[in-house]
Parts: sequence; structure tokens; C-alpha cells
Amino acid sequence: MRVALFVTCVNDTLFPDTGRAVVRLLRRLGVEADFPRAQTCCGQMHANTGYRDEAVRLARRSVAALRGYDAVVVPSGSCAAMIREQYPKLAGSSGPFADAVAQVVPKTYELTEFLVDVLGVTDVGAYFPHRVTYHPTCHSLRGIHLGDRPLTLLRQVKGLELVPLPGAEECCGFGGTFALKNADVSAAMCADKVRAVLDTGAEVLCAADNSCLMHIGGMLGRQKSGVRVTHLAEILCSTETAGAR
Amino acid sequence: MSVTFLGMPADRPFPRNAARALRDSQLRFNLRKATRTIRARRASVVAEAPDWAELREAGRTIKEHTLRNLDRYLVQLEEAVTAAGGHVHWAADAAEANGIVAALVKATGETEVVKVKSMATQEIGLNEALLEHGITAYETDLAELIVQLGDDRPSHILVPAIHRNRAEIREIFAEHMSGWGRPAPEDLTDDPAELAEAARLHLRERFLKTKVAISGANFAIAETGTMVVLESEGNGRMCLTLPRTLISVVGIEKVLPTWRDLEVFLQLLPRSSTGERMNPYTSSWTGAAEGQEFHLVLLDNGRTGVLADEVGRQALRCIRCSACLNVCPVYERAGGHAYGSVYPGPIGAILTPQLRGMGSELDRSLPYASSLCGACYEVCPVAIDIPSVLLDLRARARHPWPERAGMAAAGWVFERSGRLARLQRAGGRLRRLVPRRLPGPLGGWTDTRDLPEVPEESFRAWWDRTDGGRR
Repeated sequence: MRVALFVTCVNDTLFPDTGRAVVRLLRRLGVEADFPRAQTCCGQMHANTGYRDEAVRLARRSVAALRGYDAVVVPSGSCAAMIREQYPKLAGSSGPFADAVAQVVPKTYELTEFLVDVLGVTDVGAYFPHRVTYHPTCHSLRGIHLGDRPLTLLRQVKGLELVPLPGAEECCGFGGTFALKNADVSAAMCADKVRAVLDTGAEVLCAADNSCLMHIGGMLGRQKSGVRVTHLAEILCSTETAGAR
Repeated sequence: MSVTFLGMPADRPFPRNAARALRDSQLRFNLRKATRTIRARRASVVAEAPDWAELREAGRTIKEHTLRNLDRYLVQLEEAVTAAGGHVHWAADAAEANGIVAALVKATGETEVVKVKSMATQEIGLNEALLEHGITAYETDLAELIVQLGDDRPSHILVPAIHRNRAEIREIFAEHMSGWGRPAPEDLTDDPAELAEAARLHLRERFLKTKVAISGANFAIAETGTMVVLESEGNGRMCLTLPRTLISVVGIEKVLPTWRDLEVFLQLLPRSSTGERMNPYTSSWTGAAEGQEFHLVLLDNGRTGVLADEVGRQALRCIRCSACLNVCPVYERAGGHAYGSVYPGPIGAILTPQLRGMGSELDRSLPYASSLCGACYEVCPVAIDIPSVLLDLRARARHPWPERAGMAAAGWVFERSGRLARLQRAGGRLRRLVPRRLPGPLGGWTDTRDLPEVPEESFRAWWDRTDGGRR
């Protein structure tokens, strides 16, 4: 099986630990992922802010880089949703771009989908002795319907104490450029999410999207709360002998 | 008037309106409490309906079919209403609709009318227009009464006074009821039963002496010419049955082909709106009842323009249940007034800019009043894909130049992976120079949140250096 890692521009640029964790986790499970060097950004920021032409250009680039693989693994529910939900709309019904999209879309998996559905693994042999809560990000919850895959994986992690997050399904207020365009409402939503996280008493907040974690973690950090945020992949990569890094 | 009027002034952009609402802690508390209560009630009655997904699909399909054949069904409706002794009037916009209603009221010789809660008449600003003709319109829905007495504006489709708590309502009743009719009792407290009783006595007097009523309709059935109104209080039924003249202002998208279609919506609407299995009062009437005169005013007011838009037309499927408002995290914090339209919340964010256009700063900002969390689409009983329509409107909006420049720069970088790699290397070298607070619009982030630390080495650089961790 030829597997491509679509690491996403946010992880590539700001959260390389997540990308490394995915590579190592997959290697441990017997999958050597390839990193197609031409990839950059899926185009979600442009599409969601109203810059459709730029989004189409980036979508074309992405599918060109990713076609030909048997599976594309994306450590982001949001970028996976962009490819699966928005690419077909941007590509239209016919032409080479539409053909490439039709090839890539059914092979695109968010990381936990790839682990649970394709590899058929729920115990990835991880060890993470911490109290952890999980925030299902909007696009992983309502966009690509990850369901309880992340929780199923987390429950099998040795040493990990999973605590439920109250109001988990509510948006954290990130929303890409929404966080800047409607900064006050975004911050108010984030403050409620932060309160819910603190109420759990968790040491670590994890999610399938570093963009939302950057937002919630940014406020947790500003408040000197001591709670740290970590992408799910880094928890699943951790073992008794090696951390995620 | 060159733009479609939607019953509210549209002067300031959404983020500024929202910021003002966020500073009002009483408002935030009221909204949070109310939306969460209705949200939970809806969730529980929807969960108990085993065929909800099928009902929702049926609702979507019926509305879509009707809108595709609206020309035919509207004519059929007109013929059926006329055959049943009613009079049908066509209004292209708010001014025309208001003019028709004012002329009809004047012809009766009356100067007072009672009103059933209606979004269409709020949309066209009927009460204010009638006042210019010397006609006073009395709202009889409890929440609309609170809004009217408080010289306020509705902030929710279903619960127009959702921004008020009972202490505020007591104050409004005690202070203003006397100016409109029977005064509130001297010793009125904020006990809900006492408040309801004060409103009941005040309104009862009004029902018994007013000769003209104005309503909207939830549904208008083409095959028989029947209007249908769903309500909770029974005040609507008083208005529909007691007066000698009944005038209904109905948006053209409210048509349903047959009675059979109504069955689907009588299940979808109460569960989605008030979170009830069934609403307490369902009134239906066909043409003119004995001793009553009936007028139907069919209102366009921008709807045919929306119908012409392939993506946006799904907004016309809306049955005004407000499930999307109650579940929206943005509405919950910003409140209804921030949207500058009688249609607030997610549905307002897609309906208002389509009906009114995106000429004003406010209307251009509405498609951005969403984090695209998708909760609205999930609860919509007629499956309006609100996030998709928002994206479509955003793609058509005029963007500010600093944003255009930023987006163009980002697009240029992402165009070549080498450019991204060079930017990442530069970021890694300059990482210590990133300030704690950013200037301009980017400050919206750093006012309340720390920036992530820029790593020394990007993932891409690590992959190249270590051959994907194999070296």
C-alpha cells in the first residue's frame, strides 16, 4: 500500500512534532508513509474567507501532489474535511481537475480513520501516563463524522486517564479567519471552552486539529493555566521508551 | 427605497454590534439560559422520533419541489382562495405590501388592528407604516407585546423577547401597559403566572373591541387555498376568529402543494422550534368565514431574486423554526440585534444579505458572522446547508484591501513548495523576534491568546535532513 502523508501547512510550519509523531506511529504499525514534497496548503483558509480562485489553485496543486497513492493520511479533521467536502464543489462535474479530485477524495483519511478503518487497529501500543480530555473539533465531528474513533484509540493508551469534556461538541470559536474578523465573539467562545477544560482537571487537552488547539492553547497559555495542548497523534506515538519527539 | 427593507436599521458591521452585546452581562446570561433550555428540549424530542432523518428529507424535498414550481402553485393558491371567497393581492416589495394593507384597513373605517405574531409583517415594518396612516397595530403574541411595550426590537424569530428576563418584563408591563390599554395591576410581581395574567387581561380587552386583524401564515396550501398558523398561546386564534376583517401577509415561499405535505411540517416545526411534540394551537382557514372578510397579501420583497440563485435559493426552504439560532454559538454570544435584521442567527446571516444585497458594511459582514461549526446545518429540519451558502456569499463579498493583500501573499507562498520552505527557514531564524502583541487586525488574536512558538525546524526540513526519520 502506497501511503502519502498530507501533513498540512499548519503542522508543517508550526507543529512539526505532530508530523513526526504521525510518521513514527505509522512506522511502528508497519506503514512507511511518503511525504510528497510538492504539497503546501489545502486552500481551506482561502476558500473559507471567500477567495475561491486562490482556493481552486491550491486544491489543484494538492490533488496533483497526492494522486496515485492508495491512501492519503491527514492529521487534521479540518483539512480532511476541506478535501472531502469542498474539493468536489470547487472542481465541478467534469474535466481533469474533477477527475483528479474524484481519485483522491475516496482515498483521503483523517489519521484516526486510517488507523481504525484501514489498518483495523485500536490499540497502537502507546503509553501516556496523564489525565487527558478530548475536544472533538467541529469539522471532525460534524464535517467528516469521526464519531468515537479518537476516543476508542485513547481508551487503549496505557496509563492514560480519559476524562469527558463538558459541552464537548460546542465550537471553540477558532473558525480560521473568524478568530480575527470576529475576535470578540471568538474569544468569548474560547473562554467558555477554556472554562470547560479547566473544570475537567485534565493536565492535557488533545484534539485531531492543531489549529483549534492553537486557539484554545493560546488562551490557556495566556491565563497561565498549566494545562497543555497536544495533538492526538503525539499521544498515540508516545511509548514507555520514547516520547513523541 | 433602493434596497429591500427588512425591518431594522443596518448601520454598523456585525463585529461591532456583537462587541457591544458581549459587554452586557445581563444579556449574555439571559441568552445563554434561554438558548440552552430550548436547545436541550429540541434535542430530546428529536431524538425520540425514530423517523426524523426521513421526515427531514421529506421536508427538504417538498420545499425544493414547491420552489421549483412556485409559479404554478402560487396561481393555484390564488384561484383556490378566490373561489373560497377571499381576495388575493400581490406585493412586489415592503412599500407595496404596506400600502395594500393600509388601504384595506382604511376601507373598513377602523383605526386599530390586532396582530398575530408574524415574521413577514415584521420584515416589512408594517406597524410603523400603518402608524403613518393613523392606524395603531397592537401585537398580541406575549413576547411581541413585551417588545412593543418596551419600544424594543425583536431579537429572535420564535422568542422575540429572548433578551429580556422576567424582572425586566415586570418593569415594562408596570411602566408601559397603561399607555396602550388596560394597565398592569399595582402590585405586579415578576412571578411568571402573574405576568401572564396581566398580559391576558390587557389583551382580552383588546380582542373584544378590535374589528380588524392582521396575521401571517406558517403554510399556505395551494390545492385548497387554506392558511395555517401554528402557535402556543391561543392569542392568535382570538385574532383569527373574532374580528370582521382578516388580512394575512404571507411570503410567497410559504406555499405547500397539498394537505398531505402539511403532515410532514406539522411534525418538523414544533419539535424544531419550541421543542414540543405538538404545538398547542393549530388554526387553519380557507377563504372567508361567514360574516368575515379575508384578504391574502402575497409578498415577494426580494424572494424571487433569491430563488434565481442556484446555491442561495435553499434559504427559501426555511420554515422559521429558529433551531439554528438556538444552537448557534455566535448567536448565543452576540444576540439577535447584532444582525440588524428581523432574521438573526445563521439563517439571518444567509437570508439578509441575499434579500437586502451586500451594499452596507453590516450586510457584507453577515456572511462572516459564523465560525462554520456546522451545528446549524445539523439541526435544520429542511436541511439548509447554511455553511455552504455562507461560503458562497463570502466568495461574492467585496474584501478589504489589507486582507486581499494578505491572502494574495499567502497564495503566492503556497504556490511553490520552495517558497514555503524558504519562509519556514526565515521564520525559524527570526523566531525570537516575534512580538507578544501583534499590530492591526492581527491584534484580535494576541489581545486574549498567546501565539504559538515558531519551531526552529519545519516538518519539511526535518524530513529532508533525516530522510523521514530514517537517518
